[in-house]
Amino acid sequence: MLSPVLSRRAMLAAGGAAALLPGVARAQLEQRVVVVTSFSRDVTTPFATAFEKAHPGTKVEIQNRNTNAAVAFIRETRSSPPDLMWASAPDAFEVLKQGSLLAKPAIDTSGIPERIGGQPTNDPDGRYFGFAVSGYGIMYNTRYLRANRLPEPKEWADLTKPVYQGHVGISAPSRSGTTHLTVETILQGEGWAKGWAQLLEMAGNFAQVSDRSFGVPDAVNSGQYGLGIVIDFFGLSAKASGFPVEFVYPSVTTLVPANIAMIEGARNPNAAQAFIRFLLSPEGQQILLDPKVMRLPVRAETYARAPAGFPNPFTNPSLGARVSFDNDVSELRYELLNSLFDRVITFRLKELVEAWKAVRAAEAQLAKSSTAEGQRLLAEARAKLTTVPVTEAQAADRAIAGAFRAAKPDQPSAGRQAQFEEEWDRAAVAGYAEGKRLAEQAQRAR
Amino acid sequence: MSAAIARPRRARLRVEASLSQVVAALLVAAFLLAFLLVPVGRVILTAFLDPAGGFTLVHFADFFRTSLFLESFWNSLYVAGLSVVFASVLAVPLAVILARYRFPGRALIATLGVLPLVMPPFVGAVAMQLIFGRNGTVNLLLMDWFDLRLDLMEGLNGVIFVQSLHYFPFILMNLAASLSNIDVAMEEAGQNLGARGLTLLRTIVLPLSLPGYLAGASLVFVKVFDDLATPLLLNVTNMLAPQAYLRVTSVGLADPMGYVISVILIAVSLAAMVGSGLLLRGRDYATAQRGGGGLSQRRMTGQGKLLAWLFVVPVLFLVLAPHLGILLLSLATIWSFSPLPDAFTLAHYGTVLRETPQFLTNTLLFCGIAALIDVVLGVVIAWLVHRTKLPGRALLDLAAMSALAVPGLVLGIGILRTYFDTRLPGGDSLATWWGMLIIVLAIRRLPYALRGATAALRQVHRSLEEAAENVGAGKAATLARITVPLMAGGLAAAFVTSFATAAVELSATLVLVTRDVDAPLSYGIYIYMQSAAGRGPGAALGVIAVLAVALCTWAAHAVAERERSRRARTSEAQEAA
Repeated sequence: MLSPVLSRRAMLAAGGAAALLPGVARAQLEQRVVVVTSFSRDVTTPFATAFEKAHPGTKVEIQNRNTNAAVAFIRETRSSPPDLMWASAPDAFEVLKQGSLLAKPAIDTSGIPERIGGQPTNDPDGRYFGFAVSGYGIMYNTRYLRANRLPEPKEWADLTKPVYQGHVGISAPSRSGTTHLTVETILQGEGWAKGWAQLLEMAGNFAQVSDRSFGVPDAVNSGQYGLGIVIDFFGLSAKASGFPVEFVYPSVTTLVPANIAMIEGARNPNAAQAFIRFLLSPEGQQILLDPKVMRLPVRAETYARAPAGFPNPFTNPSLGARVSFDNDVSELRYELLNSLFDRVITFRLKELVEAWKAVRAAEAQLAKSSTAEGQRLLAEARAKLTTVPVTEAQAADRAIAGAFRAAKPDQPSAGRQAQFEEEWDRAAVAGYAEGKRLAEQAQRAR
Repeated sequence: MSAAIARPRRARLRVEASLSQVVAALLVAAFLLAFLLVPVGRVILTAFLDPAGGFTLVHFADFFRTSLFLESFWNSLYVAGLSVVFASVLAVPLAVILARYRFPGRALIATLGVLPLVMPPFVGAVAMQLIFGRNGTVNLLLMDWFDLRLDLMEGLNGVIFVQSLHYFPFILMNLAASLSNIDVAMEEAGQNLGARGLTLLRTIVLPLSLPGYLAGASLVFVKVFDDLATPLLLNVTNMLAPQAYLRVTSVGLADPMGYVISVILIAVSLAAMVGSGLLLRGRDYATAQRGGGGLSQRRMTGQGKLLAWLFVVPVLFLVLAPHLGILLLSLATIWSFSPLPDAFTLAHYGTVLRETPQFLTNTLLFCGIAALIDVVLGVVIAWLVHRTKLPGRALLDLAAMSALAVPGLVLGIGILRTYFDTRLPGGDSLATWWGMLIIVLAIRRLPYALRGATAALRQVHRSLEEAAENVGAGKAATLARITVPLMAGGLAAAFVTSFATAAVELSATLVLVTRDVDAPLSYGIYIYMQSAAGRGPGAALGVIAVLAVALCTWAAHAVAERERSRRARTSEAQEAA
């Protein structure tokens, strides 16, 4: 844990030295700065407008893409890249950094704490910078809950309760960097086996697994379903826009920085650096509290002007502190986790939900008249529905996880991705059918 | 020896293809090669490469070994097939009413019949959910009144429901154009032989309109088979197109399986296209007389009128419900878990017009040019295929139609890979230049125009062209002065289809647009719809898109009608003389 901090200090020193050189700091800004971002117009427009006001003569050009598409775009446009990458998911920045696609600009981060909620705010190598932090939690539609007489959830475990059957939505981790982090956080916070058991039981209540991050808050806003597993600003900004929704942080959450980075070979390096500095400045941080933006600033003093009830990681130490997020573990099984979630939940949601309905019915029956045989069968059924066909050790095995990486000839792998996926799919289908059968038996057991 | 064989073949070539034909074919081929075949080929090649870069078929073997993919494949076929059936149920009666009867509100049906195609991405999705979704207006009211919930938007059946509503205009427009091209003399001949009413419809009218119907039906099949947006909106992932999309966008561009699925999508779509062509092979649908200007339009009986209204009104309500939803959404302050919005405002239109007026002008410009390119290319290709004996002409048709089967995402990535390093004089990349967006839109929508042009051309009898040539007109002059004017109605429909669908294209646009100022409406909607506060402005842009397209459709319809009445008048004048 020591070395990244040290190298971060070294980076800071280097950045400070560079800032002292007048030629670098005072360079004439270019006429435009091209920003690739996954953020919506509502988020980007206030920043772009304020920056253009502070630096007349420089125009901010926003290119809007989802995170994965942005990464692909930066890879494909190596010869003439955009200037900045501006997005939430830190892992996307890690991917860009590994691909030597990020520059190392001279940015002074003094006044911004090195860690917020236990997480490093900036890249230790100085390639990307956290400008806001986000946590994950549960967003719910208050009208919907009232109409369906549902209790308000507090913890992830609440979402496994039978009362929420068919009322919960999530986006697939393979499709949404933010959900990926949520799932990884639950797995690290609860442990692999217990975490999956909780996720699979929660999945028994899923109404949908959406293919885009915003699909979930959108459905909760319009009341298609009542509760969604989302990143905080989706909930906070919807509430600030007047929708009848609320947002809660469960205790197993982690605060993750949303980042900005300069692309290697950027055509407008001076304007790009000025934009990063602006984002991290007190004026830039203040914009995060705009009702349409609603993100947690990285400067403690900005919270003084936040609306009442706004979450503050600087005064509420429990926020995000319970889980210490291990980036290395996450990085190694990143693709595997995406694929596994899709196999056992996204693509087999119908089968899984059916099986859980049978379990709920059996539970209700046994609650009325319990039999030993019934309880035994029920426990077996639950076991079938709460295990994944991959162990934690296998997920950490480079030979297996490597099969899900973009292929490199020199890396040995234990098989092709397609083979594993077919195996998992079969295991899931068979397991859910068996679980359903056992639950139905349990219900009939006398 | 070989020279002796080669000479007659060359001689045959010389006889059967004129210089202008060869030049036209080469130009079209070069265009398709540069902007469709090469870029897509570069992407698809990935499906056949092993990690070391060698050729392999193992990925295809994996596809057929994977139960999820096989299941997806059958699901896609099932959904596409049933969507054609339900779309036909909606479209055929409407087309018959439209073409054969003097029905008050014909223009209304013609215009409103196109609107479902113009379902702006995302807003359309949100609106459909707000109206038909599990807690949409319809279900909230049903639950209030009858304690009943209709799962209209769930699973494969939900996809069929939405797709039939969305794509039935393809059949309606092609069939209506086809019907109105049938010569009244044919019908009269049938009547003279004693056929009346339904018999006449069954034995004369419908068979003669088969090219139009099949053109529309095969389009519906292929579109549904390839469509991504609707299954994704309904969160149905066990279909082929979503599987390909999810692979490419989440596993990454290097993953071969996404491209394998793309190849299979393309293969099935081409098979459907070729199959519908084979059904028409060896039959002649052209009619020589051009005087009457189509079927005689008859007055409806009172009972018929009642029946027609009883069919038309519910259908229109059904297909226009999403547009009503968008309109409400664009005027709503907050709309959450209630049958109607909480309150209404015009503020969203203000936001859109103040912040982003360029989206509308860009769309009109880009899509107008693209649709024009499509009609020109469509006529040239149809003419080369059906009126010349140029060797390899069928390949041109196949290549152009294959654009239908290429997912927009694949085309976009291909264009980016092929042209990004080519610089324009200003230093910008050719791939992200707005002109390229027009070309890509034209390529994507060319199949619609080509189908329309082909169907229109099939109904122009060769004898008319031969007559022109006999009196000394060259091939080109004949095409320009005889054939194209005779095809005008069909071409107007082709232009509208291309234009309207290009206006809401998103997948390729999303890859290629780099600057807000060069972006069309669909991109703007996408950007707005990514946030809670952007729903209203996004919907407002959607309404503007729908209105713009509706206006253009109405104008094209008016042009076609005027052309038709002009022809009819001319022939009357001739008869009088």
